Amino acid sequence: MAADMRLPTIQKPVSLTFSAFDRKDLVVPGDVITSDTGFMRGHGTYVDEEKLTASVAGEVQRVDKLICVKPLKTRFNGEVGDVVVGRITEVQQKRWKVETNSRLDSVLLLSSVNLPGGELRRRSAEDELTMREYLQEGDLISAEVQSVFSDGALSLHTRSLKYGKLGQGVLVQLSPSLIKRQKTHFHNLTCGASMILGNNGFVWLYPTPEQLEEEAGGFYTSLEPVSVSDREVISRLRNCLLALAAHKVLLFDTSVLYCYESSVHHQVKDILKPEVMGEIVMLTQQKLLDQEG
Amino acid sequence: MATVQVSEAEKVYILHGIRDDLRVDGRGCEDYRHMEIETDVVSNTDGSAKVTLGDTAVLVGVKADIGKPRPMVPNEGYVEFFVDCSANATPEFEGRGGEELGTELSNTLYKVFNNKHSVDLKSLCISAGEHCWVLYVDVLLLQCDGNLYDAISVAIKAALFNTKIPRVHISADEEGGKEIELSDDPYDCVRLNVENVPCIVTLCKVGHRHVVDATLQEKACSVASLIISVTHKGTITCTRKVGGGSLDPESIFEMTEAGKRVGKALHAPLMKLLQQEESLGKARQKVGFLG
Repeated sequence: MAADMRLPTIQKPVSLTFSAFDRKDLVVPGDVITSDTGFMRGHGTYVDEEKLTASVAGEVQRVDKLICVKPLKTRFNGEVGDVVVGRITEVQQKRWKVETNSRLDSVLLLSSVNLPGGELRRRSAEDELTMREYLQEGDLISAEVQSVFSDGALSLHTRSLKYGKLGQGVLVQLSPSLIKRQKTHFHNLTCGASMILGNNGFVWLYPTPEQLEEEAGGFYTSLEPVSVSDREVISRLRNCLLALAAHKVLLFDTSVLYCYESSVHHQVKDILKPEVMGEIVMLTQQKLLDQEG
Repeated sequence: MATVQVSEAEKVYILHGIRDDLRVDGRGCEDYRHMEIETDVVSNTDGSAKVTLGDTAVLVGVKADIGKPRPMVPNEGYVEFFVDCSANATPEFEGRGGEELGTELSNTLYKVFNNKHSVDLKSLCISAGEHCWVLYVDVLLLQCDGNLYDAISVAIKAALFNTKIPRVHISADEEGGKEIELSDDPYDCVRLNVENVPCIVTLCKVGHRHVVDATLQEKACSVASLIISVTHKGTITCTRKVGGGSLDPESIFEMTEAGKRVGKALHAPLMKLLQQEESLGKARQKVGFLG
């Protein structure tokens, strides 16, 4: 119960020695990438007196003649097919505005959601008036990016049974650049909880539902109390995610699972202490390297 | 205060968790987040401290000036508080947005310190009725993630501990008036006794239970909170209820008892840490705002 007070120490990032082959080309805004005029400039660069200069802080990526800089910390730049977890901020006439950590609020059109009962019909005026019964301000949803508007805003859809309104669980907000692009972003982890790794950096942790979702695309949210053991798993996962994010480790199901396993002999609330975080992340990186090699 | 939006299902999850004494980050209902305290971070103040409580960061600077004592109490100095909510913490504080919260925080601080024992005001007197030390305590909110009162009170206690008031000598000059001389030696200073400075504990009522050190999500699920300032002996100097909801008299009693217990337990590790930091002296590695 006693508060944990201590003097601050300078945090050293945990990184195992990488070979020179793995060394990345990191730049900061204003750094000259190349003076060769033969290259095309991509995102994150600009031309200053015939020299290609970086405009964001990140890693230089080169594809043939195209040079672009991928920033380390940025707002979410969505592409078609990305899975996102978002929060409803506004209910407008025929659409909802969803906050997805991008430069503009994303749009979820009424025609892009599944109606209760799974029926397929034209949306009527009555549907428009009962929009708030389905999704209110503050609700969380999982959706997929359908298209990108010309101004950069994303258009989302929940036209599959695996997307829809999210029920009980915990949301962790991280940087989008830490989420690895994978085939599937919905994971049922072996430790006893489920996770949705949104491409926009929002990670949703929730208790694994017992039976497969037969209930019309996530309309019914169960408000039954979650058991203490499930809660503990979810809290531990949340703290592990924060620990990995603090040390800039790429997040995907394996890394999160390894981090969970390395943290079992610590108490859940101790994981957020700096020295425990460093220890756990070191063990995780070790396991990941061993698995690759 | 900066607010976050929470969905109904998330609220239910948080509520049930608190009922089972297992919060979202694994803490119990009366556990604090990880706290880091550093003093002497601002060089042009007489005393300063920076406290990081989870994601909440608060900076306090104390400046001592010579002024005229208040007419009702001519042989005492006084303390002035000012809280500035910087736009760094959240865009809502931009311009005059943070003024309301700032005045609310400083009014509460005045109430908390409005007693004879918290700070020894008689020791701040230089010559009765004419000169006294005025301590200007300035609080700057850098980051806001819930539980501002607790972080501010810990930072004030640490900053007052760190405050070095120069020693003054009063001598009579030629015309018969009094002349104040400040000592030339920068190390010749008076330290304040911060034993009785209270610490504030905020208890938020969530469902049927109360939590200490609530995050912004937990605050969004609670309708009423109780702010209690407790000294190291367990004496309460100020109680305040905030929030639009109602509190049952029995739960107020329960929360007050819990607040006394938690508040009392805050002082000992804090004083120990401050003395440890002091004893490191020149060997201390200053972290400041980087790292």
